[in-house]
Amino acid sequence: MSSGTLTGSRIRGRRLDLGLKQSELANEVGISPSYLNLIEHNRRRIAGKLLVDLARVLKADVSSLSEGAEAAMMVDLRDAASDQSTLPVELDRVEEFAGRFPGWATLLVAGHRRVEELERTVETLSDRLTHDPFLSASLHEVLSTVTAIRSTSSILAEPGEIEPSWQRRFQTNIHEDALRLAESVEGLVTYLDAAGDAERELTSPQEELEVWLEGRDYHVAELEGVKTQSPEQLIEDDVKLTLSARALILAYLQTYRADADALPLASFQAAAAEMHYDPARLATYFGVGFDIVFRRLATLPSKAEHLRIGRVACDASGTLTFRKPTTGFDVPRFGAVCALWPLYGALAQPMAPIRTLVEQVGRNPRQFLTYALSQPRYPDGFDGVAVYEVQMLVLPIDLLAETGLNTVRSVGTSCRICPKIECVARREPSILSDGF
Amino acid sequence: MGKTVLLIEDEPNIIEAVRFILSRDGWRVETHSDGATAMSAIQKIKPDVVILDVMLPNRSGFDILQELRSAEETEALPVLMLTARGQTKDRELAEHYGASRFMTKPFANSDVLNCVRELAGP
Repeated sequence: MSSGTLTGSRIRGRRLDLGLKQSELANEVGISPSYLNLIEHNRRRIAGKLLVDLARVLKADVSSLSEGAEAAMMVDLRDAASDQSTLPVELDRVEEFAGRFPGWATLLVAGHRRVEELERTVETLSDRLTHDPFLSASLHEVLSTVTAIRSTSSILAEPGEIEPSWQRRFQTNIHEDALRLAESVEGLVTYLDAAGDAERELTSPQEELEVWLEGRDYHVAELEGVKTQSPEQLIEDDVKLTLSARALILAYLQTYRADADALPLASFQAAAAEMHYDPARLATYFGVGFDIVFRRLATLPSKAEHLRIGRVACDASGTLTFRKPTTGFDVPRFGAVCALWPLYGALAQPMAPIRTLVEQVGRNPRQFLTYALSQPRYPDGFDGVAVYEVQMLVLPIDLLAETGLNTVRSVGTSCRICPKIECVARREPSILSDGF
Repeated sequence: MGKTVLLIEDEPNIIEAVRFILSRDGWRVETHSDGATAMSAIQKIKPDVVILDVMLPNRSGFDILQELRSAEETEALPVLMLTARGQTKDRELAEHYGASRFMTKPFANSDVLNCVRELAGP
């Protein structure tokens, strides 16, 4: 059974009530506008996942779009069956099932919905794990320690004699690793516990933007040189993006395209290498503002992961509005970042360029040259309020011949996970103070 | 002395355990712990098989693998990549950059031994 002839009209009415264009709704559910048009004019029957997706985007119950609660139940049951296509489900008797056992049918549908919710949560958490540098690094440490314990204990458990000196050595190793593991797990639990509030808000449009850009290594080849696609075309097929993220990505790509027109890749890349990635020299050479050069440098294709140029930006409140980390310089996705970053020095001194050599404390510190600058915009005119944007570039020093700087500033990521216990800018205790 | 395995890993107790099980099997085992100088170690030691961890100090294992595959003399060098369990993206990247095999931590000693034997060939 599928929904009847009025379903399309109801979908159309609901869409118009929300002020959505046909193309917007079609994009959201991953179908073409022309197909949606046929549905809306009741020329295509609709059921299953598509009806559920449309109801979700239209913020309506499936039953209110189709012919009532019974029809919605049929749709949900078929949807549940389609997710288990390998099982021999008697689809031809679905109405009989729902009619004879309404309680069981409701239970089955509720269970199916719960599974879908949990799958979405797992997907989001998995993505978060991939993009949370601290969590990822911590789990790697735990897994490495477990690996060492497993390998060493396997050797000791094998039949046959092992020389006493090796035996003692391996026993000592296991003891040390067990202690380290206990500390690591304790610290990790504390961190996850503290991050509990943030976990409830699983994604934000900014996160979606960053994940989207990360997937392209922050370089959008289609917008360079001879444009092969428009910003709109680049995201039109990505049905997983939320409307807010779509708007944010579109704005980013429009700026990207304008920047690429002002500073064409080939000439900019060559000049950047020749001028040792100095934003001031590049801005003068090309006759453009600092802001464009900062953004453009961070979109250069990187030859290797460890040579990637990072960029962060914040507004006048200090809130990060853009994050592009680079290997060895982590940028937390949640919570406040280190107050010692030159980004905040620039925020306090508008229009004063700040060049600093930094090193992020941690297990394997690397040095980076940072350029930071705070610039105001006056979108409401000369007498309007100043809107500040601060940018900081993070350049691996392997890219540079000589920095000319003798002192290195030690900075962190964020206080909660920073091992620099006696830091003068500490806001709150670190969970690493117990030796994690 | 048998063929040479170069283990590029920064966890000392993993190094010790893997060195023990491979040496006992007749392999000559060399180790290196720094990502930044791993390439020069490979060029100097000229191993028959490389065991390469992803997360290394100063340079990632993926970077090293990429450079190995772009050089004529090392493009076919057998590389066993060690990734962390559950990190799907790492496994995909290992395949993308041309790892001969990959293994997730924690691994079984026998799996590492068998894998190294297969990669080294007869």
